[in-house]
Amino acid sequence: MKPTIWQRLDVLARQLTPLGITFALVILNAVPLHVPALARVVPVLPLMAVYHFAIYRPVMMPMAAVFLIGVFHDLLTGFPLGVHALVFVSVFGILGAQRRFFMGKSFAIYWLGFALAAFGGAVETWVLMSGLNATLMETRVAFFQYVMTVGTFPILAWILLLWQQAFQRAD
Amino acid sequence: MRPVNRLAAPIRGFAQRFAYLGLVLAAFGLMMLGKADALLVERLRANVTDAVAPILDALSRPVATAADWVLRAESMIALYEENKRLREDNATLLQWQAAARRLETENAQLRSLLQFAPERPGTFISGRVIADHGGAYAQSFLVNAGTNSGVRPGQAVVTEAGLVGRTDVVGGRSARVLLITDLNSRIPVVVEHSRVRAILAGDNTNRPRLIHLPQGALVSPGDRIVTSGHGGAFPPGVPVGMVTAVSDSGIVVQPYVNYDRLEYVRIIDLGLTGILQLPQKFMPEGPRTSP
Repeated sequence: MKPTIWQRLDVLARQLTPLGITFALVILNAVPLHVPALARVVPVLPLMAVYHFAIYRPVMMPMAAVFLIGVFHDLLTGFPLGVHALVFVSVFGILGAQRRFFMGKSFAIYWLGFALAAFGGAVETWVLMSGLNATLMETRVAFFQYVMTVGTFPILAWILLLWQQAFQRAD
Repeated sequence: MRPVNRLAAPIRGFAQRFAYLGLVLAAFGLMMLGKADALLVERLRANVTDAVAPILDALSRPVATAADWVLRAESMIALYEENKRLREDNATLLQWQAAARRLETENAQLRSLLQFAPERPGTFISGRVIADHGGAYAQSFLVNAGTNSGVRPGQAVVTEAGLVGRTDVVGGRSARVLLITDLNSRIPVVVEHSRVRAILAGDNTNRPRLIHLPQGALVSPGDRIVTSGHGGAFPPGVPVGMVTAVSDSGIVVQPYVNYDRLEYVRIIDLGLTGILQLPQKFMPEGPRTSP
């Protein structure tokens, strides 16, 4: 049976959702929250989506798109161009190779995996920023930002997993 | 189909690995490009922030309103103490007002005696903060005012409390403001009382430091630091911060501006070229209202 235009649009919309979510998270990440002392340790939201989709929907996240989302993040937050492109691509690449490990594992393992991936990302960012600025950057605030990122991960992960389940049901 | 698949899998795997390596190299390439051709990257940055500015503008409004409600609820709780404090403040400020009025008249008289050239008055451009400095490294934020409203790179950004920073990359309807705490921020300042000149250098912490002080200059905790106006981009006398610690490791300044609840800022246009040489800095095309 030939799919109707609506069915095809539905499929297209579903396929674009992971990219759309990650893209939206980059913008959402930049919105000022006016909460004291939060701005400097605001969680890196797009990293969570990159991690999640690297495990669950890698087909819908082409690596080139992950790269471009990283570039977009750098442009919007005022980071040197390429820093988050590299961080996101390396997290995506490494997780993509390990995704079988996470299949059927508990949420705690999934969270722990993110804690490790985010740590790698935080160290990578620190090394790159220190290199580009030719000075050793402060580690304390970067560490708190890492803790915030790992700490808030379950909230976003819960929403992403809900979407994932709805998606599987629809299949 | 099976033999094709068996053949295709290693090729696909190889292609993926190649793409991975290629993108990693591309990221390093972009970092090099950012260092080598800053102008191109700035243009890209200005265009992207300009494109996203309306979305950020719309998103930041409800958040700001919610934050405002929280602030209101907080002040409701502490209403009695707040009122008491404000009465005391008011009494002190009235005394200061009287002193300021007397000094103003005296100053005007002395100026007319000396035929002192009046300072060039600046114009203000107001902007709303639409994007935060995301994270531990970047000390900057976006405002919803750009060249269309007369903003140019290198202008001073202030609030009623004091100096916030300076404009950096300016697009048509958005501009990035580099905070005085940023690693790349260098602001010419003077110690208000002793008139000792120095440079306020950010180091990505909340406490910038004073550098390049003249030999034997005396600075002590509690001294007020204001802009000196040297370099022509900043108006002189804008409050910057207070010296909190003087030690061998440096003179630490606490900025007057609290960045946490920054919502509106004012950009001062002195009608000068600024500390940044314009030909080196990207200026997008667009209508400009002359000051």
